[in-house]
Amino acid sequence: MLELQNISFSAETENGTKEILKDISLKVDERFVAITGPNGGGKSTLAKVIAGLITPTEGRIILDGDDITDLSITERARRGVSFAFQQPVRFKGITVQDLITIAAGRKIGVSEACEYLSEVGLCARDYINREVNASLSGGELKRIEIATVLARGTKLSVFDEPEAGIDLWSFNNLIKVFENMHEKKGGSILIISHQERILNIADKIIVIAGGHLKQIGTKEEILPELLSASGGIACRTLSEKVV
Amino acid sequence: MIDEIQKNLLREVADLDNLPVGAYNIRANGKSESRATTANIDIVTKEDGKGIDIYIKPFTKKESLHIPVIISESGLTEVVYNDFHIGEGADVVIIAGCGIHNCGTQKSAHDGVHSFYLEKNARVRYVEKHYGDGDGMGENIMNPTTVVELAEGAYMEMETTQIKGIDSTSRKTTAKVAEGATLIVKEKIMTHGKQFAETDFTVDLYGENSHTNVISRSVAKDTSRQIFRSNILGNAKCHGHTECDAIIMDDATVSAIPEITANHIDASLIHEAAIGKIAGEQLAKLMTLGLDEKEAEEQIISGFLK
Repeated sequence: MLELQNISFSAETENGTKEILKDISLKVDERFVAITGPNGGGKSTLAKVIAGLITPTEGRIILDGDDITDLSITERARRGVSFAFQQPVRFKGITVQDLITIAAGRKIGVSEACEYLSEVGLCARDYINREVNASLSGGELKRIEIATVLARGTKLSVFDEPEAGIDLWSFNNLIKVFENMHEKKGGSILIISHQERILNIADKIIVIAGGHLKQIGTKEEILPELLSASGGIACRTLSEKVV
Repeated sequence: MIDEIQKNLLREVADLDNLPVGAYNIRANGKSESRATTANIDIVTKEDGKGIDIYIKPFTKKESLHIPVIISESGLTEVVYNDFHIGEGADVVIIAGCGIHNCGTQKSAHDGVHSFYLEKNARVRYVEKHYGDGDGMGENIMNPTTVVELAEGAYMEMETTQIKGIDSTSRKTTAKVAEGATLIVKEKIMTHGKQFAETDFTVDLYGENSHTNVISRSVAKDTSRQIFRSNILGNAKCHGHTECDAIIMDDATVSAIPEITANHIDASLIHEAAIGKIAGEQLAKLMTLGLDEKEAEEQIISGFLK
């Protein structure tokens, strides 16, 4: 179980110190937990705080009872935290097979690497030897990014807007990937998303806006308000924008 | 007889554990150590003894030639001239390479001048690896010069690699490319410590529809220095592209000086140059996959130079 206790983060900007996250406390223990809310509200920052890419100014992060706040990205990864970047990183010379092998943390054969690629809807033999560089489209990179998290199979997987850029691929497939992942490996999947259909599979929805935790609850509690046009958070507009 | 140190050098520069199949000439400590020729590939020592002439018969296919040079005596300095005459329509692989093991205090140097004369429609893949080791204080120095002349429709691909142990290198390559001929150069260099590496390419695209692509990838570590120069001359309707991409680390210095000159209205020339450190997000991504920072850095470099 992941627990965030009173997480705050502020960054220096040209106009002085800006508070990006303010006193956020929450627990992630369910199968699927979704974080949603307007752009610029602090969702991605929160995901990076969990993965260790950003050190919070205040607060503690607890994973299965251990305080991991001061642990590096690597140590968190080795303790079972995976993170799929919103904008996947490109590498000159590193192939898809290399990246999936690094993710798996052991020598894996081409057929196993291909399985992960097939799961995210890529025809494996076309991709396995390609470099993870600018020759791949945003959508292809995004799916490879998800495949690396599948290959890791850890107890906590964090996805930052996995749906962005893969609009030609049906959301049903993406949802199926998450469901299969849980079936095979268990653990919790934390998804930052604007997509109603992803929010719909969540056991718990967390709404972050203006750096604050606005709402937390089941989808039955949260979704109706999010989707009502007069709702405080214009989620429908957001989902239209990303689709 | 070849000893263990020399065997290791051979492995590093030519991937050889035993004598190669096909034609070869192994030069060790300034002398020809062993040689084999085939019906189609002849190797002849020059009259002054300072190199060899290699004759590859027209339309020779699927043959390879190994010409490694190894130096394990400290203080040996030599200049070698090797001329390759590739007959019309031949298609061969040539594997050269130079390894120096210097455990003394004097500098060891190998300056090789390789000249390639490709006849009409000949194809050559030329692979050259430079490697140095040794625990002494003596410097390992290599200054290779490559001269390429491509006749009509000829094709040459040149892969050069210098990853370890060469303290100082100055590489000069000049090429003349005729009608419909193509020259591809792929260079990989990694320098560390106080090493210095300089490369200089001049390609004259003088034939109609001639083509060249000069690609250099390098990594400069510690306080090493690198200079990359390339000049592509478009003297006819042609395509030329030069690209150098360097990763800079620690306190290293890298200069990239790409130059393109068009002397013909239909010359199409492009140069690209980039120098930068390893991107923080690349390290972060590999660390989220469980690598530590050092391992992530090694992965990025080895991929970049692959």
